[in-house]
Amino acid sequence: MSARPRSGLAAVAPFLWLGVFFLFPFFLVAKLSLSDTALAMPPYAPRVDWSAGFEGVRAFFAALDFETYARLTSDSLYIAAYLSSLKFAAVATSLLLIIGYPIAYGMSRFPPAQRQALLMAVILPFWTSFLIRVYAWIAVLKPQGLLNAALAQVGLGPLNILNTDTAVYIGLVYAYLPFMVLPLYAVLEKQDQSQLEAAADLGCTPSQAFWRVTFPLSLPGVAAGALLCFIPMVGEFVIPDLLGGSGTLMLGKTIWTEFFSNRDWPAASAVAIVLLATLVIPILLYQRQQQKMIEAAQ
Amino acid sequence: MKGPSTFNRVSVVAGLAFLYLPILLLVIYSFNASRLVTVWGGFSTKWYGALLRDQQLLDAIGVTLRVGLISATLATVLGVLAAVALVRSGRFKGRLLFSGMIFAPLVMPEVVLGLSLLLLFVAFGLPRGFWTVTVSHATVTLCYATVVIQARLVSFDKALEEAARDLGCTPVQAFFAVTLPNIAPAVAAAWMLAFTLSLDDLVIASFTSGPGATTLPMRIYSQVRLGVSPEINAVSTLLIGLVATGVIGVYLVQQRRARVADLGAA
Repeated sequence: MSARPRSGLAAVAPFLWLGVFFLFPFFLVAKLSLSDTALAMPPYAPRVDWSAGFEGVRAFFAALDFETYARLTSDSLYIAAYLSSLKFAAVATSLLLIIGYPIAYGMSRFPPAQRQALLMAVILPFWTSFLIRVYAWIAVLKPQGLLNAALAQVGLGPLNILNTDTAVYIGLVYAYLPFMVLPLYAVLEKQDQSQLEAAADLGCTPSQAFWRVTFPLSLPGVAAGALLCFIPMVGEFVIPDLLGGSGTLMLGKTIWTEFFSNRDWPAASAVAIVLLATLVIPILLYQRQQQKMIEAAQ
Repeated sequence: MKGPSTFNRVSVVAGLAFLYLPILLLVIYSFNASRLVTVWGGFSTKWYGALLRDQQLLDAIGVTLRVGLISATLATVLGVLAAVALVRSGRFKGRLLFSGMIFAPLVMPEVVLGLSLLLLFVAFGLPRGFWTVTVSHATVTLCYATVVIQARLVSFDKALEEAARDLGCTPVQAFFAVTLPNIAPAVAAAWMLAFTLSLDDLVIASFTSGPGATTLPMRIYSQVRLGVSPEINAVSTLLIGLVATGVIGVYLVQQRRARVADLGAA
């Protein structure tokens, strides 16, 4: 068909845009991670001396090294931040699955008209500012906050949650819950009820039918939800910064501090590269999964 | 089919309570006459009045709205093009790279996106400010816009487009006369999503903004670091109200449209 190659032309503008503003900057991050800090503005060296022509470019490449990475691996603080980011994201993803699954499953059992309204209710917080939703928890969790006021009414507490790892977990689960519920709901809602009836006819108890039919069939949703939450959580900044304590280490916070407080741009870039290298496999898995779902719809 | 069991109902209600309770408390305490979080000092709208006298905050709102309007429009136009390319053109050179560039920013940590964009602007010696934030927001939100429009375009019947071609339309004419009106709701939804994401963004704006282009989330963030204050509750409540009205409005319009379509089909 003649229209086919032509509609590919539509890709030109977005392709160029993303090439310049998304792909190319990553080479700059990679380059900077091989540079050294310098007392200059911008605060790094080497820079290409274009006036020296080819020789300048050669001198530039010769001055790149892995010193920043060596610095990162020899500092236990960076390694601790790396491991603790993975731990936060993994534990929070598991909590989200445990909390999100019953919600998504429950929603899919409602009659279709009510389901639409419930779906809307789950999506609405996602549209509400992330920052504001995290901020809302500060008032709840702080030492003289609403939670402790409520606990005092029943003679309990006070609990010191704000600025601890517990607060970070609460924040992560809260902020990412819609991202977990939506993909789960999408697969659970489409499930054919007659399969459950068949399982029941064949003598399955409801719980057996759930574990043998419903749950295995919902695994694509589980995978999508888990990846969709895990990947951005590893690099999360706002939640550990506002709800965590000074001892809460996460890579997103490390990049922010290196950049804004320490003005160590090469270190911030190197941490970003390490973060990306860690996430590249989950991101590719997620992309493949999404592609499959779109092709299935097509 | 059986309806929801008690367990189903409890899970859904508890889940929604968890999602909404903190927001609800934030809204309630924006009307608190007392400055203290836990002491209810009676109903008052004085914090809203205080907002109107906060010039820095008003400036930040102005910047945020302008960044949002321009970046969302850019993102939607590019998103329509990207979605058309992804859905309609089968395999083309660089398709894998292209779809990768569309999907990756959706899950990429914002800190990394912000840092990389900043390095781009520094490398080209561009002064950071209004336009660098706008371009950065357009870059990230264009991916969200593409996904929303792509989903609609996939289910759009291509035969209608081909009929227009048979009747003598050029591909571009067919797109504007047939395809675009049909995917208009998705295009509108994509614009709103892009606008909201731009309105909300703290991290990317913090990296790519410069003096004189402080956005509202940046302003809120610098105040939040100093602690909870009723003024932040008030401005948050206004933002939540604005976004909720918009989203629920679009939802109701779509529901009506769906009902009309059902009646038409019957």
